[in-house]
Amino acid sequence: MTETKSLVGAFTPEVFATHLASLPPLPKWWLDRKRAAYDRFASLPMPARTDEAWRFSNLTGLTLAGFSLPAAAPSTPHAPIGIKKAAKLVFANGRLHAAEHLAGDLAGRGVVVGSLYGALVKHEGLVKEHLLAQPPKLGSAKFSALHEAFLADGAFIHIPRGVEIDDPIGVFSYALGDHVAVFPHTLVVAGENARATVVEYFGSGNDTEAQLAVGANDLYASHGAQLTYIGKQDWSHRALSFQSNSTVVRRDARVQSLNLHLGARQARHESLSQLQAPGAFSEMLALTVAESDQEFDQRTLQIHQAPNTKSDLLYKNALRGTAKTIFSGLIVVDPDAQKTDAYQSNRNLMLSEEAEANSLPGLEIQANDVRCTHGATSSRIDPEQEFYLQSRGIAKEQADELLTFGFFEEVLNRLASDPLHDALRALIQTKFQK
Amino acid sequence: MSSLVIRDLHVAIGEKKIVKGFSLTIKSGEVHAIMGPNGTGKSTLAKAIAGHPDYTITGGDVLLDGQSILEQEADERARAGLFLAFQYPSEIPGVSIANFLRAAVQARMAEGEEIDATAYYKRLYSKMDLLKIDRKFTSRSVNDGFSGGEKKRCEILQMAMLEPKFALMDETDSGLDIDALRIVADGVNTMRGPNLGVLMITHYQRLLDYIVPDYVHVMWDGRIVKSGDKSLALELEAKGYDWVKKELALATA
Repeated sequence: MTETKSLVGAFTPEVFATHLASLPPLPKWWLDRKRAAYDRFASLPMPARTDEAWRFSNLTGLTLAGFSLPAAAPSTPHAPIGIKKAAKLVFANGRLHAAEHLAGDLAGRGVVVGSLYGALVKHEGLVKEHLLAQPPKLGSAKFSALHEAFLADGAFIHIPRGVEIDDPIGVFSYALGDHVAVFPHTLVVAGENARATVVEYFGSGNDTEAQLAVGANDLYASHGAQLTYIGKQDWSHRALSFQSNSTVVRRDARVQSLNLHLGARQARHESLSQLQAPGAFSEMLALTVAESDQEFDQRTLQIHQAPNTKSDLLYKNALRGTAKTIFSGLIVVDPDAQKTDAYQSNRNLMLSEEAEANSLPGLEIQANDVRCTHGATSSRIDPEQEFYLQSRGIAKEQADELLTFGFFEEVLNRLASDPLHDALRALIQTKFQK
Repeated sequence: MSSLVIRDLHVAIGEKKIVKGFSLTIKSGEVHAIMGPNGTGKSTLAKAIAGHPDYTITGGDVLLDGQSILEQEADERARAGLFLAFQYPSEIPGVSIANFLRAAVQARMAEGEEIDATAYYKRLYSKMDLLKIDRKFTSRSVNDGFSGGEKKRCEILQMAMLEPKFALMDETDSGLDIDALRIVADGVNTMRGPNLGVLMITHYQRLLDYIVPDYVHVMWDGRIVKSGDKSLALELEAKGYDWVKKELALATA
């Protein structure tokens, strides 16, 4: 009994049964998958010191105890940030709370922006094909199983073949209440030559709520599709967060993802990109502001499965206080993925003597005609740059803030949209001014 | 009327003594040129006055309008009215000139007071027009990949925006071709007036053809050894620094 408890924490078979009972009528295959996922979750061990996939991670901070499945929230702290959206979904504690429907004729052209519950019934084929279809490869099999078992509602976005949407589609997920556990999910399927931008935001009711967030997303870009995904993680500073993102890129498709990590006490983010057909391109970007005693643990995998594919990863972390970051990235090039072009770069800006940045870049190349580079650097604020700004009357703190923004700009500049660029900047700024 | 008084200043880098008893008073409206061979402490003097943390003041004082500034951080000194035009301005990737200058202007405002963006840009553009700087300049990162001339023009633009009481110009002419030098000198001359005092550090007399100083001082081994008007610069040009060296040897013999 003690053993079972330590493996499942608060997520006992009884709690799982309650969760299943709370669901609306859903297809049997999905419920069966959830039951199988729960069994995997309950039997898999917690990460151990000896697991290479958890090297440098704070394992004592990983706890599943003390959380409960939340009740519906009466309201959300959601406030618009002034970006025009093609459609918007707001989730609170795993339930769809509000929705702004598709602008213009998009619905008529077959675009779907709605709840996963609805899609499991109305778009069953697409959901079955893509929902959590990629196996977890980066160490979080237990947490991925937990996510699948307890996933309630989430976002389903489908852009049919040839449809291009200029304004971003917004998905907002809130965890509201102390000790609540949430399992947000966003599934995006872009048809052939479709184009869209999805902006996802994760936030809490207030900054003192101890919460557990176990989220995931699936991005699927069919031939020639262009998908931009921006994730902004701003959970409570007492939250424990696991996020597992999976991207599949088909022929001549292009996916750009940018994850901004601001919140949580301890946040692990796993990102898997599979380049499955010639011409596929995945650009993986991340910005992290780690402060006080936060830990951000980022694990990435770029898998080149076909020739003439490209991936470009740039993860930048700014560390303050006694914060800690871990970056572990691997590029895998399959034997027949000739002419692969793969980059991986992790840059850390150390704003404090006590902060700690760990980098574990890696390559696994089985083809012989490829171009792969990887690198990791850690640097401090350049005292000459700091003096230069100070000599113009800018106080040291503001000077360091400007230099940190300068450091991040290389990543933000990769975004094609200026309003998004500015919104992300503003979000980072609020963290600096806290 | 403002004054910058440098009184018997001694500056060291680590254990090495560089400036050894430098004294000079500059008043608003005056342009002083400091000339001297390499390694005589000219740049050290400018950076120490501006508050660079690598330089230790071991003696003397610097007073701006009667108040010692030596206890102040570099940013406080700047807000009090000092401006250092760098010999080698730092490159700051990712920080646009517009945002940088905005932060500098904001830093001079009272707490809680917000910059008026429209008025700020209006003023910035008028200064740029005055200095014949293309407006596209403002979206570029500060000095990032700039030519030597662009860097110096960027310094002058900052000076024009921040309107200091005293400007310390460290080898403003270095790395400039004659056209760039002319543009930079025009900029300084435009700003010249009763509200600005200038300490211009230079190795060559050439700059002084374009920015004509009221006073010329020769610096040698960490202090001023000879002062005069602009004719001193011409004399130096003709006779070389060896002339000063010989005079010094005679005086101390």
